[in-house]
Amino acid sequence: MSSERAASAEPARRAGPRPPVKATLTPRERYLPLTISVVSTVVVFGFAWRVITSAENWPLIQRQFFNVEAMRASLPQVFSGFLVNMTVWVLALVVIAVLGIVIAVFRSLTGPWAAPLRVFAVVYIDLLRGTPSILLVLLFGLGVPALQIPGLTSSRLFWGSVALVLGYTAYTSEVYRSGIEAVPDGQRAAAKALGLTQWQTLRYSILPQAVRNVIPALLNLAVALQKDVALLSVIGAREAVREAQIFTARTFNFSSYIVATVLFLLATIPMARLTDWVTRRDQERRLQRTL
Amino acid sequence: MSEVEGSSEVTASGGPATPRIAIDDLTKYYGQTLVLDEVFLDVAEHEVVCLIGASGSGKSTLLRCINQLVPFDHGEIRLDGVAIDDPSFGRTGLRKRIGIVFQAYNLFPHMHVLDNVTLAPRKVHGVDKREAEARAYELLGLLDMDGFALQYPEQLSGGQQQRVAIVRALATNPDVLLLDEVTAALDPELIGGVLEVIRDLKSQGMTMIIVTHEMGFARDVADRVCFLEDGRILEESPPDQLFSDPQHPSTRRFLQRIIEAGRL
Repeated sequence: MSSERAASAEPARRAGPRPPVKATLTPRERYLPLTISVVSTVVVFGFAWRVITSAENWPLIQRQFFNVEAMRASLPQVFSGFLVNMTVWVLALVVIAVLGIVIAVFRSLTGPWAAPLRVFAVVYIDLLRGTPSILLVLLFGLGVPALQIPGLTSSRLFWGSVALVLGYTAYTSEVYRSGIEAVPDGQRAAAKALGLTQWQTLRYSILPQAVRNVIPALLNLAVALQKDVALLSVIGAREAVREAQIFTARTFNFSSYIVATVLFLLATIPMARLTDWVTRRDQERRLQRTL
Repeated sequence: MSEVEGSSEVTASGGPATPRIAIDDLTKYYGQTLVLDEVFLDVAEHEVVCLIGASGSGKSTLLRCINQLVPFDHGEIRLDGVAIDDPSFGRTGLRKRIGIVFQAYNLFPHMHVLDNVTLAPRKVHGVDKREAEARAYELLGLLDMDGFALQYPEQLSGGQQQRVAIVRALATNPDVLLLDEVTAALDPELIGGVLEVIRDLKSQGMTMIIVTHEMGFARDVADRVCFLEDGRILEESPPDQLFSDPQHPSTRRFLQRIIEAGRL
């Protein structure tokens, strides 16, 4: 009703009800909710902080975990270890992304001649996905160097990384496979009708769509791997967690672990945000398509 | 569209013309279900045959058998007298000569229009990129789609996508075009444009087998209409006769239902 009256004051562009007039907020309406949010949050967390820091054992905790001196002393060592983590992570991601597609393609091939590849893929995925990552790291990282096979490196870091790659490849290939199966059958029919071979159909039609379907899921695995590289510490690889451990063993101070924690968070939180963003964009894209 | 490639109107011996497509005693099961039951159908060069019938009557399956998208259990399909599974076609020969357009377009969503159209000529038939694209632009132009060459399917309306799908099927200069309910997924106001394209193809002499629910269109464009029920062709006659004086009781019932639904 009121909008109609407001409309009559202006030259009418169209008959009938006008869009509602944009409400102008008073400063009170605009800033009061924000102020309440900020103040209440500060009060609650400030109170919690007071309770924690006034605890009897707080100085001890602070000394053992949040000791600025110890943090500064351990940082170079832990950071150089962390560079190892990141290097292994990036290289592993590349290898996993490729191997995962290969295994997924093996598994989705049809025809009697492809049976060995299909069986290999199924057995591979069952075995590697069913084994705890830490066992794989121990088996490969300690086991293979112990064989001392000439021509093979005996680097524990290398073989431990191989274990991670093999384990994550199993997960990744299943993600790819779900993406492959999500491509509508009509795409295969169209490709077949155009004369494309099974391989060309995968290469030009199915895989590009499948990969796009599963990028959010792949990013999730990438974040998980970022943390799991720390498992290499159990075989003595000098990565961030191992370096922090060494520092703690020498000084009986746990602040180096906090340093490692912060370094990991600095890497994983942006990755998680990126994943959220990509996932949201992907959902919007799908929504638009169905509208 | 360009004239269809050289073909034998008359056999070498000078006998009667070999049908473009000859379907002999075709029988197909899906599992235990009989979907095509001893189907016989000849389609001459330049002829347009419409297949009508209720859902599940085997129309689409028949089309898909013709270009080997699905295998059949018994009988034979010949293209210009040569069985479609004859080794002389090679792996891609039949695909080049028989094009198909689907109800759901089935364009590749991650490729723009030009790549959709040139994929098969380039990757399957070894046409070089420039030549394939020139041909694609020519065909797109004929269907008023050349302005959309670099757009992606999801940016186009259903009718535009279906026209691209038709161009894609024509890109290898096929001798026969199979159309599988190509307007069934379209909004009513978009159907006309696609049907217009098919009429043009007919006037240029394209041999077509069309599965459709658009009875008015079938009446208008077909040289012959086949009514299918339970995997059999029950009645086969020129459109005027089939629509105004159907002989088989099943055809009469089917057309009656269509008329009641206001579709004829």
